[in-house]
Amino acid sequence: MRMPAPIRLRELIRTIRTARTQAEEREMIQKECAAIRSSFREEDNTYRCRNVAKLLYMHMLGYPAHFGQLECLKLIASQKFTDKRIGYLGAMLLLDERQDVHLLMTNCIKNDLNHSTQYVQGLALCTLGCMGSSEMCRDLAGEVEKLLKTSNSYLRKKAALCAVHVIRKVPELMEMFLPATKNLLSEKNHGVLHTSVVLLTEMCERSPDMLSHFRKLVPQLVRILKNLIMSGYSPEHDVSGISDPFLQVRILRLLRILGKGDDDSSEAMNDILAQVATNTETSKNVGNAILYETVLTIMDIKSESGLRVLAINILGRFLLNNDKNIRYVALTSLLKTVQTDHNAVQRHRSTIVDCLKDLDVSIKRRAMELSFALVNGNNIRGMMKELLYFLDSCDPDFKADCASGIFLAAEKYAPSKRWHIDTIMRVLTTAGSYVRDDSVPNLIQLITNSVEMHAYTVQRLYKALLDDISQQPLVQVASWCIGEYGDLLVSGQCEEEEPIQVSEDEVLDVLEGLLVSNLSTPVTRGYSLTAIMKLSTRFSSLNRIKKVVSIYGSSIDVELQQRAVEYNALFKKYDHMRPALLERMPIMEKTATNGPSETVQTNGETDSTILDTKHLPSISQPASQANDLLDLLGGNDVVPIIQTTVPTKPASAGGELLDLLGDLSLTGGPTPTPASSVPMSQPPFLLDGLTSQPLFNDIAAVIPPMTAYNKNGLIIEFTFERSNPNPNIAVITIHATNSTEADMTEFVFQAAVPKTFQLQLLSPSSNVVPAFNQGSVTQVIRVLNPQKQQLRMRIKLTYTHKGSPVQDLAEVNNFPPQSWQ
Amino acid sequence: MMHFLLLFSRQGKLRLQKWFLPLPERERKKIVKDMTTMVLARKPRTCNFLHWKDLKIVYKRYASLYFCCALENQDNELMALETLHRYVELLDKYFGNVCELDIIFNFEKAYFILDELLMGGEIQETSKLSIVKSIEASDMLQETMEEYMSKPAF
Repeated sequence: MRMPAPIRLRELIRTIRTARTQAEEREMIQKECAAIRSSFREEDNTYRCRNVAKLLYMHMLGYPAHFGQLECLKLIASQKFTDKRIGYLGAMLLLDERQDVHLLMTNCIKNDLNHSTQYVQGLALCTLGCMGSSEMCRDLAGEVEKLLKTSNSYLRKKAALCAVHVIRKVPELMEMFLPATKNLLSEKNHGVLHTSVVLLTEMCERSPDMLSHFRKLVPQLVRILKNLIMSGYSPEHDVSGISDPFLQVRILRLLRILGKGDDDSSEAMNDILAQVATNTETSKNVGNAILYETVLTIMDIKSESGLRVLAINILGRFLLNNDKNIRYVALTSLLKTVQTDHNAVQRHRSTIVDCLKDLDVSIKRRAMELSFALVNGNNIRGMMKELLYFLDSCDPDFKADCASGIFLAAEKYAPSKRWHIDTIMRVLTTAGSYVRDDSVPNLIQLITNSVEMHAYTVQRLYKALLDDISQQPLVQVASWCIGEYGDLLVSGQCEEEEPIQVSEDEVLDVLEGLLVSNLSTPVTRGYSLTAIMKLSTRFSSLNRIKKVVSIYGSSIDVELQQRAVEYNALFKKYDHMRPALLERMPIMEKTATNGPSETVQTNGETDSTILDTKHLPSISQPASQANDLLDLLGGNDVVPIIQTTVPTKPASAGGELLDLLGDLSLTGGPTPTPASSVPMSQPPFLLDGLTSQPLFNDIAAVIPPMTAYNKNGLIIEFTFERSNPNPNIAVITIHATNSTEADMTEFVFQAAVPKTFQLQLLSPSSNVVPAFNQGSVTQVIRVLNPQKQQLRMRIKLTYTHKGSPVQDLAEVNNFPPQSWQ
Repeated sequence: MMHFLLLFSRQGKLRLQKWFLPLPERERKKIVKDMTTMVLARKPRTCNFLHWKDLKIVYKRYASLYFCCALENQDNELMALETLHRYVELLDKYFGNVCELDIIFNFEKAYFILDELLMGGEIQETSKLSIVKSIEASDMLQETMEEYMSKPAF
């Protein structure tokens, strides 16, 4: 019995749309699918097209249609154009290269690429160019290349984009399309021109050789662009009075790639860029789209400074445009150029800051990122005011990034310690729960190092706790500070503001309150318990503290329990060690900070200024080490243990030094080491670090300095300190000065010591020794000398002076006896 | 290049999906869901650009339909707006005062037109006239006059 003809597509659509519920729709679909399946089983050629079309509709509604995949192939193989059209559409929608079925298409496509009707060829090219897998592309690349050379512009433009797809899937095939590109740009047809420019762009982006090869096209591209601009009205390609803006934009983009890093090409396109930048109509989006692309090109190539300023000013005008989209792209572009053209972008700072108040979320975010990039020592106060205001009022999504950015900016450019602390307080109190976890240890370190502000800081933090204990980062930092500086708090020593009157019991009330509060996280509880413990050496209410500690010895929270038990042990068996263990933290050495990755390193200032303001060299802190110490000390206490750094000097091969220095044991120079510190046969670091005074404010006066090297205007002096807990470590600071009339750049100091010693070199303050003794390069060397042998050293100096490289080796033998005995 | 182009209604119903990258079915479904959620949540008078993963999303509403596409970083988003507009213009020329219903009932035509405008995520023809002519000629090729007179061929 013959089945009735399957219902037509549009009728099905109409029927399905009458369904009032999802269930009803599903029922209709299932019924129809069943009918379609049987129809497929009957191998009915007449209605296959109709059925697949219906299937595609149902697929769009979200229903499975995989059983139609093979049918699409049959349609593609059919001779009827209608069949092919639907078949190829179905293939593009239902098949993807993950299925083996799609490979069966290859032969059909190959035949259709050679079909006598260009619209069939077009279907094949389109399908191949949208979803062809690598295998298909390999098989059919030859056909595509042939069509790229045809004179039929309808096919030529499609072949060009198909070639782009082939190259994307199988980059090795790029070469074979090279000959066909020869006269692509002489075409008059805009479709071919446009797709050719896309093809050339793809090739240049992928291959530096292609890029150099195609640079010769710059004059031709410039000419085409010029004709577009100068030509009269062409209705076929006109958009709001601009002739073929799509083509203009692609040419500008290709010019950008060709001109980048190349003086000649950049010069050849200078005039046309200026012309486009000044003459393009800006009343509609299309004109601004072209200007946008032009600006991107100007900024990327080696353009004259006048042109660059023109570009930045265009962006500045964009910022004032009513159209939000224009403002958005302006901010995005300025963000890209802020590193290279910092001063020019600074001029638009106030407009950018105004964008922080924009209602559009995307614009606000861009404005925030850009604002951080523009902060520097000169504008820090004003900018911070705006950014803090923004932090108050912005969406929660922004708060974490904004807070991190503010911390980073404050750290780099704070005009005073008081200002810095106040800014941190402001962030913690307004956005305290959004602050990133790593801010807490960073802030603690900062506070520790601001010695004169301790009393002020702890007082402010204490007052903040009285107001609100819900913001965990704030609470953690506050607990830590109270634990450290609680004595300053109760003795009312604050100078910066009116000291508050608070008793030991009140302070302990607050800390104990944190322990029991539901708002406190386990980490916070840990902080407050440790803080309470620390106060045992600062307060007199010993009994109360002992009681708290013993109660938590049976806490369900394992972390708290462990701490409490250990603290209890301190009270009972190790009471003699307690004062030393809980002593005030020494100044911590600076670790690398983590800020939002887009914040610029140097906002118009050089790196060396940042380094100069920190007299302590930087040490990279292995996180695992710090965490080990966390348990007993209850905070991210940074113990100044000796480690090697990862300095920023260019790496020198340890090998070359080895050759020259023969039997001497070798360390020094930049060698990135693993995170573990140099092994010392000493009692555990823990106590070392804790009982030591800060390493660097030592008895320097006792050991006389010496001149280690004096030649060709370069003088290197050594000054000494003995490391307190460990008398076997000598800490030498080298001071390099240069009395000649030219700077010594790329200055690298390396040292080697005999086998019985161990040596560590920390990073230098800079690698330029300025002329005329205008400054010095300092670097710290630590030498371990357990056998107390006479210290001797071989040093190697390399630098560039007046353009020539200089290298010298020297022995240093005149160490004062106090430095090693 | 454009990664995908989606058309959906204000209720989040999908009307067209063009993918220029190979992605498994469930991933496509997820992306469609993300796009409709994100775009429909946008307040009026906000800019037409969004950031999603490492792509730039450009969307524009025309009557009851949202046109939404995803671009790579180096693509010009202002120009993408022009591309979307060009597509709408083409649909309008073909259907005459195009509305959502036209696209629902003639979705395959909408795809055919799109396939003359874009290929592999790039624009293949910048002349409106040229595209209209190609589509008309292709329609003519459909086997019988009856089919051409827009009595449904299937």
